[in-house]
Amino acid sequence: MALAREENSPLFAGSVAGTLRLIFYLALAMVLMVLDHRNGWLWRLRYNAAIVVEPIYRLAGLPSAGMRTLSVAFSDRKSLTEQNQRLREDLLLANAKLNRMAAVAEQNQRLKGLLDTQRSLELNVQLARVIGVDMGTSRHRLVLNRGDRDGVKQGQVVIDAHGVIGQIVDVLPTTAVVMLVTDPNHAVPVVIERTGLRTVAYGSREGDQLSLPNVPMAADVKAGDKLLTSGLGGRFPSGFPVGEIRSVGQSASGMFLEARARPTADIDRSEDVLLLHDQAEPVGPPIPSTPAGPPAGLAPAPGSSSAPPPVSPPVANPSTNAPAVQP
Amino acid sequence: MNRQRLSLMWVSGTLAFGLLSMLVPLPSVLQSFKPYWPALVLLYWSIESGDRITLGVAFMVGLCADLLDGVLLGEQALRLCALVFIVLRFRSRLRFFPMWQQTLAVLILLLNDRVLLLIVRTFAGEALPPASWWISPFVGAALWPFLFLLLDDLRMRFRIQ
Repeated sequence: MALAREENSPLFAGSVAGTLRLIFYLALAMVLMVLDHRNGWLWRLRYNAAIVVEPIYRLAGLPSAGMRTLSVAFSDRKSLTEQNQRLREDLLLANAKLNRMAAVAEQNQRLKGLLDTQRSLELNVQLARVIGVDMGTSRHRLVLNRGDRDGVKQGQVVIDAHGVIGQIVDVLPTTAVVMLVTDPNHAVPVVIERTGLRTVAYGSREGDQLSLPNVPMAADVKAGDKLLTSGLGGRFPSGFPVGEIRSVGQSASGMFLEARARPTADIDRSEDVLLLHDQAEPVGPPIPSTPAGPPAGLAPAPGSSSAPPPVSPPVANPSTNAPAVQP
Repeated sequence: MNRQRLSLMWVSGTLAFGLLSMLVPLPSVLQSFKPYWPALVLLYWSIESGDRITLGVAFMVGLCADLLDGVLLGEQALRLCALVFIVLRFRSRLRFFPMWQQTLAVLILLLNDRVLLLIVRTFAGEALPPASWWISPFVGAALWPFLFLLLDDLRMRFRIQ
């Protein structure tokens, strides 16, 4: 009774009941957070709530789409002409390069055929458009307008014309979320183009940079070196540009060199991106081969006694041969 | 009855608008200046009509924000609950503060919110944010008087208690 009266009085709003309620809600929120952190079932929930969530994303993306449209509509003729000219030159250059590359690619294909590798130079890609949505306090995420229904899968690599942007971390029915290479939780296995040194490029928390914290002290690394994906780990196909080294310094522990790199992809300016469809071939120990038994034609069929081998007595035959075939 | 429904719709509409503007991106230069809109709108309503905004409402708004943000379910629910609890406790004083004192109080609340977020992030094992991460509460507090006057004016026009 006393509590209820206290709660109603406006000047002394603090009450035990209110505090209890707060504790209840805080506990509920904490339980949710722990469960979500351990299991990650927020995404299952989100996938189901996508009917509501996705239109909101589209709605929130409207202002930035509108800005793009406006900037096209109000940009003057001169700048458009200039841009057009520049694009045409780029296309010409790219086509010329491609024509020269075609012969090399042909040769490469033949040689690879001889070496019996299945890696091909062809790209199997899908174009996607970036929806301008701010994903919370971490700026290292993008939302794309392709999703489950367009065949997008988790783990697909996202690139643009200049390099690797990131990888798909979450797929909703018609949208997908990309984790950028600059995310602090992201790592790409890279190789330095000039020297062939393999290392790992992590995202960094300050700004749009990559950090290579464990380069050996004796390694030959300098500013301007280009980073390519190495293909190790089996997530990123090899040979895509990732970044360019900006500075090299001592790491905090003093055991390694730490390099900083700038991603080559236009991470905060790209509107259209490409989704790679073929994932890298898994690199690792080969799949354990099934132990070779006798050829299927010679193996004794367990049920039938039509062809008992003449050497061993028929009774002992299943017990000696069966273990060799079954595993 | 009709007025009741209208005011309910108006409150939930502004809250939804707060959530939506949380998602709208700014140019990357201004990105770290973005205020935490849902908290500001929720602050206004808990100061002005405290009987409508309960901890449960704050929790639900936070949950919706988490669902949209996709970071960690329950994170913003926790922050908004704590925020609304403090406001409701000091509501009778906050209402009659002059504007500059109210703004100062909002600044302190938003900074407290950031500290909570930092604690949660640290427990989740994430890296410490850069220094520019702390600008957002100041922007939020600087916008507070304008938001307050705007929402107050609209509220008067719709005659919502």
